[in-house]
Amino acid sequence: MSSHELVISHLTATAAGKEVLTGVNLTVKSGEVHVIMGPNGSGKSTLAHALMGRPGTVITGGSITLDGKELVGLAPHERAQAGLFLALQQPVEVPGVSVRDALVAAGVGASDIEGTLLREAAAVGLRSDLLDRPLNVDLSGGEAKRNEIVQLAALQPAIAVLDEIDSGLDVDALGAVSRRIEEATKEWNLGVLAITHFQRLLDELHADVIHVLVGGKIVKSGGPELAKELEATGYSAFQTA
Amino acid sequence: MADFGGPKWLVDRREEGRSAFERMGIPSATQEVWRYSPIGNLELERFAPALAEKVNEDIIPPQLLENAATVVRVLGGTPQIASHDLAGLSVTTASAHAEGQELLGSVVGGNEAIVALNDGYLSDAIIIDVKRGALIEQPIVIVHHVAPGASFPRTFVRMGDGAVATVIEVAIGGAGETLNVPVTEMDVAERANLRYGAIQLLGSEAWHMATIDAKVEKDGVINQFTAGLGGRYDRCRSDVALVGQGASSMLRATYLGSGEQIHDLRTKQDHIAPKTQSDLLCKGAVFGTSRSIYTGLIKMQRGAMRSDAMQTNHNLVLSETARADSVPNLDITENDVRCSHASTVGPIDEDQRYYLESRGIDPEHAQGLLVRGFFKDLLDRTTVPIAPALAGLVIEERVEEEGI
Repeated sequence: MSSHELVISHLTATAAGKEVLTGVNLTVKSGEVHVIMGPNGSGKSTLAHALMGRPGTVITGGSITLDGKELVGLAPHERAQAGLFLALQQPVEVPGVSVRDALVAAGVGASDIEGTLLREAAAVGLRSDLLDRPLNVDLSGGEAKRNEIVQLAALQPAIAVLDEIDSGLDVDALGAVSRRIEEATKEWNLGVLAITHFQRLLDELHADVIHVLVGGKIVKSGGPELAKELEATGYSAFQTA
Repeated sequence: MADFGGPKWLVDRREEGRSAFERMGIPSATQEVWRYSPIGNLELERFAPALAEKVNEDIIPPQLLENAATVVRVLGGTPQIASHDLAGLSVTTASAHAEGQELLGSVVGGNEAIVALNDGYLSDAIIIDVKRGALIEQPIVIVHHVAPGASFPRTFVRMGDGAVATVIEVAIGGAGETLNVPVTEMDVAERANLRYGAIQLLGSEAWHMATIDAKVEKDGVINQFTAGLGGRYDRCRSDVALVGQGASSMLRATYLGSGEQIHDLRTKQDHIAPKTQSDLLCKGAVFGTSRSIYTGLIKMQRGAMRSDAMQTNHNLVLSETARADSVPNLDITENDVRCSHASTVGPIDEDQRYYLESRGIDPEHAQGLLVRGFFKDLLDRTTVPIAPALAGLVIEERVEEEGI
């Protein structure tokens, strides 16, 4: 199985003209699950969009490399083609474009896409008839999140960034999504960077490393024991630190 | 050349139409319903009456004609009625119809210059009579062969109580200097259900100024689809009057502009009776230096209580030099009603583009998917049979021509 490495170093970025990331350092390797936790306004979503290159999120310093290739300066589709995937916090409605059309345009083989979609929808409990709808149109928040995981599984990227994948999902759905992500770390050695506000993701998704993001930088990293500490003290201990 | 003979009433009507048009004159762009239009450039004297000749029909999929209940070809404004053997359906010319004189103008009225022009120069009209309770499953197809010069086609659809039918009009030809001024009137009786499609595929020099007017009685339904794809100046005024309690109207409309085309769509959803419903969705795109104009009016008249109206217009502007204007209007004189309208004009949505690009789709392909998806969304929300598929084929060709 191929092995990949996403290295974020000294990353600073602004969103809407305001400095949000103040120097993020982080390395995610294939097969690992990293979870970034942070309070509102700590820069979680800005980090996700800085990694994928969303217009309006401006990187002002530092670097993002995937297997040594610099991603800063590349367009979003080039980063995706390099092996990065972003599951959006709020997947965008795209009228008239089905998940099938989008995945074929993204290079997924047209011949076996039906089987892949049905299998992956079943894995995360997404009703198969919803696959015929235009992307995210008239889907509930939870359905749209499951649909993101279906796309992730069809595209099989090297590294997946999951922005608040837990929001909108009930416990059962979050369990199914977490199982699929964990399987992917073995199936094709997926590296995962999950970003969340809530502890509950950690109840379902087994994390190898937990990072605490406060004020646009990672202030502490550790193993699962860090989750317990957070549960006890909340973010305030880190914010005042 | 168009035949200006016929029964005395028809000859008289032409004369009245011409003098009414003289009186009213060519409309002016200062009038609200002609605002932004190039109507001031119309030089009527440049057009001779069109010849009654066939144009190439290849653009129409053969299945549409093969599966039709009947096909009427209109050559230079003159209808060629074909025979059919369906009970409950009569298709004739107005001059051969016992009530032709009373029917023509009974929905559209006479107080409008473009309609007076049609009255003044129409050769004859098609009268489609769907009898009380009749169910005509296959579409009644009218193919307008528009030869160079001026044509003034006229169609009247009368749906009897509880009748169900589909009427599709397609305008083809219009190569060179052409003026086409069609008027279609539809009278939908109680509990009747009419599905109507109008597709305009004329050449890039043609002027097309259409009037589509429908009246719907108690619990009647009209479900329409219009596509303005060809022409230099493509105008359509499409009005529905919901005159009976519980009457409803659905309209799906689209236009695609390229080169120097102007597409100009004016709609009115006129709620006169209680518990009437209207639902309008119009989506169009402009490329090159083309432009589009959409103005729509929802009118809630006193007494139209518990009525419900929706009007949505979305415009994609796909070049720096193209332009789209969208002007939704409400005129409400009844309190107990629900109205909503929405309108957008702009380039491809950045968030949608980013989303597709984040899946590894390059910007060019993302744009192709989004433009096609924009139209597919409209066509998928249309329940008039066949017409959306034909429009979809032409839209796909045109989008490809734009290199997308």
